[in-house]
Amino acid sequence: MLSLIVFLPLAAAAVLVGVPASAGKRVFTGSWVTVAAADLALVVAAWIGYDLGGGLAYEQRLPWIPSAGVSYHVGVDGLSLPLVAVTAALFLACAIYSLRQTHRVKSFVLLFLGLQTVSLGLFTALDLILFFVYFDLSIVGMYFVIARWGHGRARQSALTFFLYTFLGSLALLLGFIGLYLAADPHTFDIVALTRTNPLAGGELYGALVLLAIGVGLAVKTPTVPFHTWLPPAHTDAPAAGSAILAGVLLKMGTYGFVRIAMPLLPDTWRQYAGVVVVIGVVSVLYGALVALAQEDFKRMVAYTSVNHMGYVVLAVGAAGLAAGSDEQARSLAVTGAVTQMVSHGLLTGALFLLAGVLHDRAASYDMGAYSGLAGPAPVFAGVTGLVVFASLGLPGFSGFIAEFQILAGSLGPATVATALALLGILITAGLLLRALHRVFLGEARIPGAPESGFTDLKPSETASIVPLLALAILIGVLPRFLLDVIEPSSATLIGVVSS
Amino acid sequence: MTTSFLAAEPVRAAAGVLQSNAWVLIALPLLGAAVLLLVGRRGNAWGHVLGCATVLAAFGYGLALFASALGDPHPVRDLYLFSWIPVNALQVDFGLRLDPLSLVFVLLITGVGSLIHIYSIGYMAHDQQGRTGGANTERRRFFGYLNLFVAAMLVLVLGNGFVTLYLGWEGVGLASYLLIGFWQRRRTAGAAATKAFVMNRIGDVGLALAIFLLFAKLGTTQYTEVFARADELSSGVLLAITLLLLLGACGKSGQVPLQAWLPDAMEGPTPVSALIHAATMVTAGVYLIARANPLYTLSEGGQLAVTIVGAVTLLVGCVIGCAYDDIKKVLAYSTVSQIGYMILAVGLGPAGYALGIMHLLTHGFFKAGLFLGAGSVMHGMNDEVDMRRYGGLYRYMPITFVTFALGYLALIGFPFLSGYYSKDAIIEAAFGQGSWQGWVFGGAAALGAGLTAFYMTRLVLMTFFGPRRWENLTTADGEKYHPHESPAVMTVPMILLAVGSVGAGAFFTFGERLVGYLTPALGELEEGHAGVLPHVLIPVLTVGLSALGALAAWLFVGRRRVEVARPQRVSPVVRAARADLYGNAINRALVVRPTDGLARGLVTVDSRGVDGAVDGLAGFLGAASHGLRRWQSGFVRSYALSMFTGGVLLVAAMLAVGMP
Repeated sequence: MLSLIVFLPLAAAAVLVGVPASAGKRVFTGSWVTVAAADLALVVAAWIGYDLGGGLAYEQRLPWIPSAGVSYHVGVDGLSLPLVAVTAALFLACAIYSLRQTHRVKSFVLLFLGLQTVSLGLFTALDLILFFVYFDLSIVGMYFVIARWGHGRARQSALTFFLYTFLGSLALLLGFIGLYLAADPHTFDIVALTRTNPLAGGELYGALVLLAIGVGLAVKTPTVPFHTWLPPAHTDAPAAGSAILAGVLLKMGTYGFVRIAMPLLPDTWRQYAGVVVVIGVVSVLYGALVALAQEDFKRMVAYTSVNHMGYVVLAVGAAGLAAGSDEQARSLAVTGAVTQMVSHGLLTGALFLLAGVLHDRAASYDMGAYSGLAGPAPVFAGVTGLVVFASLGLPGFSGFIAEFQILAGSLGPATVATALALLGILITAGLLLRALHRVFLGEARIPGAPESGFTDLKPSETASIVPLLALAILIGVLPRFLLDVIEPSSATLIGVVSS
Repeated sequence: MTTSFLAAEPVRAAAGVLQSNAWVLIALPLLGAAVLLLVGRRGNAWGHVLGCATVLAAFGYGLALFASALGDPHPVRDLYLFSWIPVNALQVDFGLRLDPLSLVFVLLITGVGSLIHIYSIGYMAHDQQGRTGGANTERRRFFGYLNLFVAAMLVLVLGNGFVTLYLGWEGVGLASYLLIGFWQRRRTAGAAATKAFVMNRIGDVGLALAIFLLFAKLGTTQYTEVFARADELSSGVLLAITLLLLLGACGKSGQVPLQAWLPDAMEGPTPVSALIHAATMVTAGVYLIARANPLYTLSEGGQLAVTIVGAVTLLVGCVIGCAYDDIKKVLAYSTVSQIGYMILAVGLGPAGYALGIMHLLTHGFFKAGLFLGAGSVMHGMNDEVDMRRYGGLYRYMPITFVTFALGYLALIGFPFLSGYYSKDAIIEAAFGQGSWQGWVFGGAAALGAGLTAFYMTRLVLMTFFGPRRWENLTTADGEKYHPHESPAVMTVPMILLAVGSVGAGAFFTFGERLVGYLTPALGELEEGHAGVLPHVLIPVLTVGLSALGALAAWLFVGRRRVEVARPQRVSPVVRAARADLYGNAINRALVVRPTDGLARGLVTVDSRGVDGAVDGLAGFLGAASHGLRRWQSGFVRSYALSMFTGGVLLVAAMLAVGMP
């Protein structure tokens, strides 16, 4: 089942390779939408069939390189299934959004289909090497998306992105090898490593392994101070690329914390949880403050990602703190962290697609150059307004459910840090509303004053963005279907980290 | 006393058809909002009718609910609807609390809300200000937002836990944001809307922290469990929670130090000012403290902080109100000040909870009436708000004048009108505190009454009496003023509110009707201690001070000529009051500028720090990066370096934490 979900897009890509580019762009975009929709349907079916026990489901294990302890081992639990679902939903949204793509359509579609397989594969991988292969391939895929379909200084930004995250992934590999060597018998299997806990007791060796893995994941998340690749990559990436980068690729970092760093190095994690909490809070505040001073809409959204991911890091850090030994609160924090990954995927994905609309109409992200767009484009203004309010944590939207759980769960174990992190929701409210005010209110002004004015949302744009928003509202009002899946798994994780 | 009250008044499950379907109250306006905002132009013709109908229907339902519960021996009911955030440790239910406190709010919100919805049909019919679409499109959007507000406000007062309250709390914040910024083409409106939301968010952070603390200490956020187990909290935690809740109340209710957003909120259409920024939303802070009364009763420090905030705010509001010439801003500061009275009252503990709610209700009538009256004046005066350009208007708009005058008399506490009963009761209770607190809080409240009479008399004299200063003036677009009375769709709601301004106080007070009704939710009203002043003297003192204030206003404004141009040579006190007692300047200096400065500084660090460090350490890294330089040397170096720096910092941090 999982392998079908993961490899369906790749199989479709393989078929499409044979179709000549002259067949017309409709063939490619149309089949992309169809495949993405079919894949999402499969994920929904897997969700319905998922047993709420908190264990691994749809597990499959085939030998791959037995001599090195590497196997093709996949499966999902409550921590990964929601991310698989968000990935499938976002790729479908991007497919619909890209129906109007005109530039080198065939390779664009092939690349995204490949990226989808890579992303889904990562969230289902239960083997470190498999995880690492997907992790690296995602970087390569995104590099080409930015470099070939980006704008501005696309090549440079793409290279920056590539080098930075690639170096990060090398650190990750080092850490994985460290784990492998410590295990007896040597293995890369995540389930086996969780069970045997080869680095029990921490010590320096464990600390170094955690450092390597932590740096690798922190670059991808990204947390301060490893975030500097993110703003240029986002600014110059095409809209669909940005949406996938923020919505899916960033989650690979935070997912790594809950899938690998915490359960495989529980003692070391507890020992250094304080550092993680501090990094989380710094990311929350630093991301918000720097976003406050941005003039470029897309850069601003990119920095709010640093802020939002900071909450996730805070939560996983607080979950490792032994001080407030209330296991339930710490489990709540982890549930909140996973919910935040889902919520951020949906909302920031939507925000980047909306930024794409801005660029499509007037080739600029400069907030100072726009004004009064609510007049000519009321639907665009209304949808952006809703996404912005959802993003700043208004109750009734998914962001509130996530941040509420994270902060309520973290307050006990990490009181001061949580109180400081709350200031972040204050600053994000200020900066996002300031952006709304500048772009949408006042007399209408559009950079370059195009004759056509500013066209409101087109059908393909509405059809791609509004469903993401609708999902965020569904999770905000009736989050039970999601929380029931996540919670048993986060309780299991806390059990592993605590023992 | 609180614990005994809880033992006496257990919370029971909702019973009967009316109570088990009470969610209809919220669903009606919510549905209205959804339809109005999603239906598009097709709804232009009937949008306003639907908007009014949903709120009127909710009012009808509220009345039925109220009447059916009157004879109930167990008036505190809980209605479970669904499990909202069901996580093992945190069970947040979505449900409704139906008790006397929430029901009086339901009636206020839907009753006054209905009148203001109807008034808006006329007020928004010819809306020309900063509009982007056609007049009917704009009016439909307006009614959609107004319905959304009513729904959110009902969630706020009906929710049966702190998280549901927070949902409504932020919901009304959103509606308020949308309505303050309703005239989208006005830059100032957008700025005011943003300011309102962000300043409210400061309070929201306090409220959120209080909720998290409750969760961390008690493991629950539902009212029933929190209040039943309030005595498990240590006094330090109780103090923290009550202070944080107070911060939340300050934000929503425009109390010092978070008062500066409320006057700016007058950028919204006047019905919005009447409904949201006078009668209902801004009183949410009072509701919050009254609702959390079992917590406040256990914390003397928390209560004292509440009374101090109330006393300071009521004076600040009065003083600034004396200096403004903009009719809506005077009324806005008057609101700030009157809510100060309510906050003062609920800060007095069991001696004041019910009094605060009573003043909240009477104020809801007369302040909404005053705002609608001001709107009617503006409607007839080409949207002019400067009272220096009014004068002698009573002849041109008689109904507006009479209803406004009744609201005015009620507000300044003219004997036997609404405000007389409700405000006087608060002043008496404040004096009843004994010792220094009695003198300070009672004195502030009495002084406030005198100042209130001054600024309100000044407003009435400048608007309705004296020479017609507008005769020789033209509007900003060069048109002559043609003052005229408003249509019936506007005057009828004003008349109804005026009836409330006259009679509500006596009705509530007679036979202790309201206080007795609220007892199951707020506890027995405690009689004051031996006060610092004899009981009989206080009404005399209050009325005397009010008369003095009114007289002073007549001496300053009524007897003398009012200049159209604002006099510039004024005393430092007036200058300070005109500058909002420097509230905005303080915010700017203490919050806005440092935050902006910090943000800019961090941007510099972010964009230049890496490159700068690279230049400095180029030699150090030169060898390491030599092989990669053929690609794009600058980038490789800078990123390798920043990763290296990050790694060093991390190692240092890990050593610092990991070492015993």
